[in-house]
Amino acid sequence: MSPGQAAWARACLALDLLCADPSRCRGMIVRARSSPVRDVFLEILNRKLGPVRRLHPTMTREALLGGVDFAQTLATGKMTKSTGVLDQNRPCVLTMAERCPADTAALIARKLDTDPSFVLVVLDEGIDADEAAPVSLSERLAFSVSLDGIGRMEATPHSSTDTQPVQSAAVGRKTPQSLRALTALAARLGIDSLRPPKFAWSVAQLIAASAGRDTPNEDDARQAAELVLAPRARHLPEQEPDQQDPQPEAQDTKRPRSPESQPDDMLVDAVRAVLPPDLLENINNSDVSRSKGSGAGQRTRGNRRGRPLPSRPGRLDGTSRLDLVATLRAAVPWQGLRGKSKAGPIRVYPSDIHVKRYEDKSDRLIVFAVDASGSAALARLGEAKGAVELLLARAYATRDHVALVAFRGDDAQILLPPTRSLVQTKRRLADLPGGGGTPLANGLKTAAELAQHGRSQGLSPLVAILTDGRANIALDGSVDRTRAKEDAKGIARWMRHAGVPSIVLDLGMRPHPALAALACEMGANYTPLPRGTAERMSETLNAAMDHGLGT
Amino acid sequence: MTPAFPFSAIVGQDDMKRAMILTAIDPKLGGVLVFGDRGTGKSTAVRALASLLPQITVVKGCPVNTETPKDVPDWANLETKELTSSSTPVVDLPLGVTEDRVTGALDIERALTRGEKAFQPGLLAQANRGYLYIDEVNLLEDHIVDLLLDVAQSGENVVEREGLSIRHSARFVLVGSGNPEEGELRPQLLDRFGLSVEVRSPTDIDERIEVIKRRDAFENNPKNFLRRFRPKDKEIRERILDARKKLAGIETKKAALQDCAQLCVALGTDGLRGELTLLRAGRAMAAYEGATGLTRDHLRVVAPLALAHRLRRDPLDEAGSVTRVTRSMEEVLV
Repeated sequence: MSPGQAAWARACLALDLLCADPSRCRGMIVRARSSPVRDVFLEILNRKLGPVRRLHPTMTREALLGGVDFAQTLATGKMTKSTGVLDQNRPCVLTMAERCPADTAALIARKLDTDPSFVLVVLDEGIDADEAAPVSLSERLAFSVSLDGIGRMEATPHSSTDTQPVQSAAVGRKTPQSLRALTALAARLGIDSLRPPKFAWSVAQLIAASAGRDTPNEDDARQAAELVLAPRARHLPEQEPDQQDPQPEAQDTKRPRSPESQPDDMLVDAVRAVLPPDLLENINNSDVSRSKGSGAGQRTRGNRRGRPLPSRPGRLDGTSRLDLVATLRAAVPWQGLRGKSKAGPIRVYPSDIHVKRYEDKSDRLIVFAVDASGSAALARLGEAKGAVELLLARAYATRDHVALVAFRGDDAQILLPPTRSLVQTKRRLADLPGGGGTPLANGLKTAAELAQHGRSQGLSPLVAILTDGRANIALDGSVDRTRAKEDAKGIARWMRHAGVPSIVLDLGMRPHPALAALACEMGANYTPLPRGTAERMSETLNAAMDHGLGT
Repeated sequence: MTPAFPFSAIVGQDDMKRAMILTAIDPKLGGVLVFGDRGTGKSTAVRALASLLPQITVVKGCPVNTETPKDVPDWANLETKELTSSSTPVVDLPLGVTEDRVTGALDIERALTRGEKAFQPGLLAQANRGYLYIDEVNLLEDHIVDLLLDVAQSGENVVEREGLSIRHSARFVLVGSGNPEEGELRPQLLDRFGLSVEVRSPTDIDERIEVIKRRDAFENNPKNFLRRFRPKDKEIRERILDARKKLAGIETKKAALQDCAQLCVALGTDGLRGELTLLRAGRAMAAYEGATGLTRDHLRVVAPLALAHRLRRDPLDEAGSVTRVTRSMEEVLV
């Protein structure tokens, strides 16, 4: 079976199991962009789950949970309440879940918590790892299915017959081996939450029950691990904590790693086989990117632009805009009391006026690109870390977002995607090792891309580059001093062209003229990092940042 | 609706359970904040609390759960004022809730159908004399947070809107939970919570397996499971009731007061709320343990709960605030 066929078979199996016992599995996340394969899958899904209700991320509370049906009430003169979509006892499909705001997700999550018969399918069209369905939802659903890499021809319409509901046997006093193995495996994959291993166990039981067995055997556990645990893995099972890249130490120590907790090798192999190939790339980021809620950044509320929020009672003072519909809705119930008006069919009092509110994202994002190469380490990597920490404290005060890129050896790494979690940043920074070549061009490129990405999400980015400027690794990873310099220059020009605001901080023992030239190429503000006390350094940096941010 | 998972069946998470029990003994402690990883049983514990708590006497049909007929607000328009017992209310305040729903607003139904101006009580009224639970409190909209703070402080909900002018008592224990990685809580709100708990996933494999087994057993057969844990829940409930009676009689020596003050000075907590909460929590703990007086042992247990969230924040300090409290305790309470 080709990898695509295997993935398709897994997706179909997940669907079968969901239909077999919806109250245990609760639902699934389908991570795929709109494609023919997804269409085939959804068709099967619709057929098996029966009529479904579609939810979309911008649905209001009233639409989800029900409320007063104004049109009907006014027309008939009797109180009519509308039923919320969630209360219609039908499976729901949440589309474009990566855009789902936290409050909508919270309402749906509460429904999942309180109503065991509610089934939810989440369609997640996110592209990057940091664009995903809200964790509060994905946590509560058993399956996570990715349809990437499945060819249209491999997605055969599923041939299985209607699945029968199955009742799995209760666990006795003795802990079955497969339960122990699944729990240990979840811990080893870095899954902190206890919901996924619980789901894995339920799924293993289901598979066993549908095959007529009482307790799940190794094969059932393997399938369950593939379906439930593998998509949520945060690090590869063979990695030992001390070999890991800058994984924060504190996080590792809290994960169980006692020798007896080692799951069966077979399970580990099974999971490894189905791990997404780009897991390694996302591994260091997944922790963070999954943990920053729904949005890209801090939101500011206003009444001018952005995404609409529920309107609030207010006054028309020239700065706000009238929400006509909400105002009328507020006025309508009163008409009986206010009596007939000669002026028009409806009497609106000032207290009815509702004004529009919008939510806008316009926070600042500071991308630190830190040179951790051998030459910089020799010079002043420690001081640079200290300097970044000072800046972080400042970023904390002004509620800026920070991201951290380190470049050393032959490539650049995003140690931390944009976040406001300072503790994380601090840990990643402290764990940053030094040594190796200086892939300056790579570092610049990664940082600039991150900044561009941040901008597309409505942040105002600034790239702060801390380097000694002695580039010796070219973009393609080859050791070639001349080409490395040319590449760095090229990227610098591109950054200027793309309008990425940046500042360059020279880490060298002495200011490096080539770096000043590079900064000029970039249109950046060049600042040699002064020697001396931390306060002086912080003063200089603050000044440079203020300049860079244009404040 | 499924029955709630029993409180005594929650594996581990002793701090969280202790904090909840303490607020049940002394509701004046001012609420619990539970911060931590996902899937650690935060919401489960709060929902379990409702069935754990003892029954309260209320006026039948009263929208604000008053205890005596004379306290029933006029706007409730109750005809009969007989007493009945009901379970302690635990009200869920979801994210994205509107101001109307929280404070109460014009009763649209009556206005539309009968043209009457009437007040429809909100979540704050429902939560009176009970618990108000906010999941993901750190993501709550600012204007709702301000409103809650105001009411939690004064114990009274004042509605002045849409031509209505109504006030009713709203005394409740605020329970918040959230994941700090998704957003920080404003310090003003942080300080209003009496106790705070940090929860982590259990690190022991056997403990994790036990969690999964119990959850599985509960889902398989809730009735059997509830029956299995009912005696334990009852035992806790009786201890809480017992402790409530004893609470007033707990002897507090001057030395204990001194310990509280010294601990707070050493930690540099802002204001005096820290000392007061520490003292109250210590006494509730002593009552729960069946002791006659407040001792250092009780303080040791509750100090991290009462003080950890009141420390001056040092965003770059690696050591968690609980560690800092423990460190200071070792120095002060020798």
